[in-house]
Amino acid sequence: MEDTLKIEDIIKPENLVYKKTSVLTDVPMHYCYGCSHGVVHKLVAEVIEEMGIQEDTVGVSPVGCAVLAYNYLDIDWMQAAHGRAPAVATGYKRVNPEKYVFTYQGDGDLAAIGTAETMHAVNRGENIVIIFINNAIYGMTGGQMAPTTMLGQQTATSPYGRDIDLNGYPLKITELLAQLPGAAYVTRQSVHTPGNVRKCKKAIRKAFENSAKNIGTSFVEVVSTCNSGWKQTPVEANEWMEENMFPFYPLGDLKDGEREKPDAYLVQKLKK
Amino acid sequence: MGDIRLMKGNEVIAEAAIRCGCDGYYGYPITPQSEIMETLMLRRPWEETGMVVLQAESEVASANMLFGGASAGKKVMTSSSSPGISLMAEGISYIAGAELPALFVNVQRGGPGLGTIQPSQADYFQATKGGGHGDYKLIVLAPSSVQEMNDFVDLGFELAFKYRNPAMILTDGVIGQMMEKVELSEFKPRLTNQQVEETQGNWAATGKKKNRERHILTSLELQSEKQELHNQKLQAKYKQMEEEDVRFELINCDDAEYILVAFGVSARISQKAVEILREKGIKAGLLRPITLYPFPTKQIQKLIPQAKGFLSVEMNAGQMIEDIKLAVNGKLPVEHFGRMGGIIATPAEIVEAVESKLIGG
Ligand SMILES: Cc1ncc(C[n+]2csc(CCOP(=O)(O)OP(=O)(O)O)c2C)c(N)n1
Ligand code: SF4
Ligand SMILES: [Mg+2]
Repeated sequence: MEDTLKIEDIIKPENLVYKKTSVLTDVPMHYCYGCSHGVVHKLVAEVIEEMGIQEDTVGVSPVGCAVLAYNYLDIDWMQAAHGRAPAVATGYKRVNPEKYVFTYQGDGDLAAIGTAETMHAVNRGENIVIIFINNAIYGMTGGQMAPTTMLGQQTATSPYGRDIDLNGYPLKITELLAQLPGAAYVTRQSVHTPGNVRKCKKAIRKAFENSAKNIGTSFVEVVSTCNSGWKQTPVEANEWMEENMFPFYPLGDLKDGEREKPDAYLVQKLKK
Repeated sequence: MGDIRLMKGNEVIAEAAIRCGCDGYYGYPITPQSEIMETLMLRRPWEETGMVVLQAESEVASANMLFGGASAGKKVMTSSSSPGISLMAEGISYIAGAELPALFVNVQRGGPGLGTIQPSQADYFQATKGGGHGDYKLIVLAPSSVQEMNDFVDLGFELAFKYRNPAMILTDGVIGQMMEKVELSEFKPRLTNQQVEETQGNWAATGKKKNRERHILTSLELQSEKQELHNQKLQAKYKQMEEEDVRFELINCDDAEYILVAFGVSARISQKAVEILREKGIKAGLLRPITLYPFPTKQIQKLIPQAKGFLSVEMNAGQMIEDIKLAVNGKLPVEHFGRMGGIIATPAEIVEAVESKLIGG
């Protein structure tokens, strides 16, 4: 066909429609096909590039599948002990308040072993960003039950399905965190469709912008897939997530504002 | 000359931190060291030097906050007492693995478990043999006076930064709670971000500049060959500490035949015991290790030709004695005397122990 673009034309700068952000390194990611981690990494990297804050951003990687996140984003990194990323981020941010600091944590990391560090960092209103990948399972260690695992969901340590009597209830940690006065922005997103990817990126951008305004903690949960852990194909995993997780973990903002100011009575009392 | 004051050991730690240009303190209350954070909060150094003071939700968190602050190339510290240090073991191991400088203070109390709030030296093993998991060492300083509580804060930071390794001041409830005359250090300004960049910019996470590779502060290495190289690098560092930074004090050792080895408050009491023994005509001396790691092994070996025996005086069931025995290597008797449960030995008890365990034995 006459009017088909030739390869020489396609690669012309004026025909560029999409370019990998330079904040992502060229290292191939270790994540399984269909895993949400890679998409969220890309979004964080794009936000960092678009805001022009590469030199001023420091990430904290968790223990979990994203432990090696530092191989993929071209910024300075700290690698925290399991669950301690919010404490590490706090320690850094307090002595370097002008930097953008974010943690990137899985559900085992953030909502089981690191519950205390997460709650208290948010309650103090640390001016950090927390990216929370909720895939309802311990991906890295081979698919064991997480605090967020759904009732009836089969995992390596709940082989007959999560049972309330044996395992308790799935933990809606994001709802808990949204109650805390130190939180500025608490939202739940997903990255399973192009539309959701765009929304999620907006949320991440807002979270990073908040952290420069010193208005409290910004927390972005991404309801995610772990097709390896769930033993599903990527397509099945997306469907399973929509069907089973979204009703229990509904998408949308839980809080959007800034950390609470003490009410007039308290201010009066504090003055005494 | 610096200011001369009459102060509690714990308060001096706080004052010394402010004066040496510390950037951040993160802690959690526990007896017998709570005065450290209390003094800092009263002093409000953030208004004076910009130093941050933060009460954490636990010792697990405070140790990991140190990981963050230290990653920025800043001078950060915490303090606790025995049960709290156990909780910090995770953070300390990660800090050692990632090669970060940080200062820990352990004002020891008796254990195991919740134990007692009375003084003890039962965390010698925990401090000198690592405490957390993996092959690592802490630089361990043992002050035996309130003056040294002042001096070792600065020294602790100096050594921590020299080796990019966690350092610990291992003291006890006596030195922490005791009031003594102290000459406080002169004020040193905190480093500016520019100065941190100049001095620590080759490794710290100060934000990735265009002209350098990213800095990744991690203790993770998935390839065994590389992890072994990392372990070897750490071991070489510890070897260097053993060569360059052993510190100790010798008291009446020139002609001593019976040598007491004691640190911290036990050294103070042992010094009195040496005096009594000398009055009795017994040639006693005291070797006081100041660095418990690196341990003054060579100094002990130098004393072997003149000595008839060693007595390790510790407020525990016998921990440092193992390092003395390793140094002496069976050439002479090495005995232990210690009280536990928070009981402080008397000089008379120590004299008796020398007479019964070394001379009579
Ligand atoms: C103290 C400690 N306990 C347990 C582990 C083992 N471990 C590694 S990753 C992990 C779970 C990670 O799950 P999650 O946070 O959900 O991350 P995902 O891999 O699913 O992204 C566990 C239990 C560890 N590394 N450290
Ligand atoms: S195990 Fe799960 S979370 Fe980990 S990379 Fe694979 S799909 Fe992603
Ligand atoms: Mg998970």
